[in-house]
Amino acid sequence: MEKITLASQLLQYFITGLTVGSVYAMVAVGFNIIYNVTEIINFAQGEFVMLGGLIMVFLHVAMGLSLILAFPATIVLVTLIGILIDRLAIRPIRCPSVLTLIIATIAVSIIIKGTASFIWGKNPFDLPAFSGRNPINILGAVIQPQYFWVIGFLVVTAVALSIFFDRTIMGKAMSACADNPNAASLVGINVKQMVLLSFALSAAIGAVAGITITPISLMEYDRGAMLAVKGFGAAILGGLGSFPGAILGGLIMGSIESFGAGLISSGYKDAFALIVLLVILFFKPSGLMGSVEISRIKRF
Amino acid sequence: MSADIEENVLELQGVIVTFGGLMALSDLNFKVRRGTIKAIIGPNGAGKTTLFNVITGSFPPTEGTVKFKGRPIQHLKAHKIAALGISRTFQTVELFGNMTVIENVMLGCHTKIRTSFMASGFAVPQSRRKEKQIEESALKILKFIGLADKFKDSADSLPLGEQKLLEIGRALASEPELICLDEPAAGLNETETHVASSLIKAINAKGTTVLLVEHDMKVVMNISNEILVLNYGEKIAEGPPEDVRNSHRVIDAYLGGVA
Amino acid sequence: MLRIAKLPIAVFALFIIVFPWIARQIPVIEHYTNIMVFVGIYCLITIGLSLLMGYAGQISIGHAAFFGIGAYVSGILTAKYGMNAWACMVIGMAIAAVVAALVGAPSLKLKGHYLAMATIAFGIIVFIIFNEEIEWTGGPDGMSGIPGLSLFGFEFNSVKRYYYLVWGFVLAVFIFTVNVIQSGTGRALRAIHASEPAASAMGVDVFRFKILVFVYSAVLASLAGSFYAHYLNFINPSTFDLFFSVKLLIMIALGGMHSIWGAIVGTGLITFLSNEWLRYFEEFEIIVYGAILLFVTVLLPDGLAGVPGVVKGWFRKQVSDER
Repeated sequence: MEKITLASQLLQYFITGLTVGSVYAMVAVGFNIIYNVTEIINFAQGEFVMLGGLIMVFLHVAMGLSLILAFPATIVLVTLIGILIDRLAIRPIRCPSVLTLIIATIAVSIIIKGTASFIWGKNPFDLPAFSGRNPINILGAVIQPQYFWVIGFLVVTAVALSIFFDRTIMGKAMSACADNPNAASLVGINVKQMVLLSFALSAAIGAVAGITITPISLMEYDRGAMLAVKGFGAAILGGLGSFPGAILGGLIMGSIESFGAGLISSGYKDAFALIVLLVILFFKPSGLMGSVEISRIKRF
Repeated sequence: MSADIEENVLELQGVIVTFGGLMALSDLNFKVRRGTIKAIIGPNGAGKTTLFNVITGSFPPTEGTVKFKGRPIQHLKAHKIAALGISRTFQTVELFGNMTVIENVMLGCHTKIRTSFMASGFAVPQSRRKEKQIEESALKILKFIGLADKFKDSADSLPLGEQKLLEIGRALASEPELICLDEPAAGLNETETHVASSLIKAINAKGTTVLLVEHDMKVVMNISNEILVLNYGEKIAEGPPEDVRNSHRVIDAYLGGVA
Repeated sequence: MLRIAKLPIAVFALFIIVFPWIARQIPVIEHYTNIMVFVGIYCLITIGLSLLMGYAGQISIGHAAFFGIGAYVSGILTAKYGMNAWACMVIGMAIAAVVAALVGAPSLKLKGHYLAMATIAFGIIVFIIFNEEIEWTGGPDGMSGIPGLSLFGFEFNSVKRYYYLVWGFVLAVFIFTVNVIQSGTGRALRAIHASEPAASAMGVDVFRFKILVFVYSAVLASLAGSFYAHYLNFINPSTFDLFFSVKLLIMIALGGMHSIWGAIVGTGLITFLSNEWLRYFEEFEIIVYGAILLFVTVLLPDGLAGVPGVVKGWFRKQVSDER
């Protein structure tokens, strides 16, 4: 009896870890999209997730828009905010050094956070789960159906992105920018447009993550920074710039956090992911799937 | 033995450098005699800058030894090697653009005269005296390289020719026994090139050994006592200019086997 | 030459000396002396950060942690163990130095984004520790009963006395730091900022200098934390969160990172903004900070210290356009 309980407990931690990890993975993918095109780490990445959750709450709960409509509408709104960030904060910088770009994206994240607290206040909001809250019992682990929605949307995002980057002209142009912006602009790719697109795309992915996780973990205005740091940890763990790495890194990060919180200390839940981040940065900054060569070539 | 150490400032034995699977330098052996100007030439990608980076400690060789005055230095960090008496310039100018001309040279004195963090913070008289001393010797160097009247300008604001001279001046400030110049004439016009090569001669006349990477054959043939030719990381010729000029392997390497 | 003139320092010192007297004459700003105590405390941190970020070019978004280490070491050792406050201050600085060296050694090998994220992660971890180690720190509720400071029976028990104590330290630290900037050490730091390969080829031990300045800035932040704890007699973790590190960043970015004067001006402006001018706009406060930071980054990359240059450039352009 005892044994079964422990096993189901571990399974519970694992599935919870995968769910939270899916969100980190989506944030990490968002980091990579912008980083690959611009070599900028967008410190405001976590704010997209927060906005996704809160705007969805507003449209779906407050305005009464149906799930099917509110979902895409939220994504569109957050995407527009991503575009605004590029136009208003990134592009106007005249001499973009690493330091100024870091500070600019931090400034953006503070503005978004402040605006969110102004609009929604400081309390967390709930969102109805997509398909109810009747838990499913798997081998003794109690799983909310929403968990599957989160993991499912990670899969959908990953598939959609790989189709986008491998099969569409636009996606291929973006990959070209990532490899060599000078050469890309020589063959007629509008690099500025690609930068804009990268912000739009990663905002959209952040929104998906926010919308799907809110029914599980609620959402409030100041969640962005921690999500950004953990998502960055996931991106580094997988190897900055690598998409499969980001997804793997996110899932590992989520699992470590879930097991750490369950087995060691729930108070230090947030610290586990950060310690992993520091360990990776200190000992293997190129990550699990990133190549050392690439991290040397990249300027930052 | 001791005579040998006296005579050869620098000695490389079996130096190999590989990047990934790529062989950048393969089993390189050569010596640099004290008080000479030795030039290293070779087509692009021959490994010349890699060689400089190994000598000055940017990264260690994969295998082999680098001896400076008889002492192995291949495992030392760049700043330690600089303190021993090897100084360098960079192929793409690496001046401190945020500093003035004289400050760049003053930084070059770093190895000679040090002040501790605490001493400089409390501005003890001794540290002020040292600062004065550094300023004077920097000014002397600026006079030597002909930039004394621009000492207050920002290093950024100089034209390329003068930036190259300033880099040499900065390298001289540590009073090195061996100075490694990476393409000092690259990008310079004829007059500037002339100024640069007479400066190199003048440095050498003061007793400093010069190791030189240069593409401008006129400069190389003019000023160097000995030439080492690299191709794909291998030494293909070594000797006085007139011998190298007539070497078939060198001609082949440069003309891509047409001859 | 990078010479920081002596006259402005003297004028500044005079201003600091007479400020409490002026404030007392004008009832509306009488409480400004109290705010100036906080400005002084924060200046201790931003002077060190300016050396680290503006001169040596290394990013830290985790200095709230060192500020907190100083505050908690002083708070715990004096309130719980009744130790001598000045000794605790030194112990706090020593602990901050050791932590900074341990964290700095691997971190400062990182560049740009990686360093920024490493310091953020470090800061958050320390913040979590302040919250979780309730036995020591009192957890989220904070700890009270931290005694005030006294020296040889002289109690720093009024705002004015504490003001002079803190600003005395600020002036000393300011002059010390200016001396460092004007010495070979300062030159080495700026060289590292410009080109690490060239600096090390010229004999600068890049790694050692980075650690040195990181430790120095951490020690100053810890000192500030001790002063903070003894002034308020109460501390809680929320003072030392990520947002405080960002606020420090805003202070030096606003003043101008490449200028030590900028650090002081920026610190003064932001502290007065948050303690006085924005008091009634709590909801807007964060937005204002973000807007300031973005404005400075996009339009004034050298901060307020760069304004004279911008104005001169604009004026010159007008003149040449007329021709």
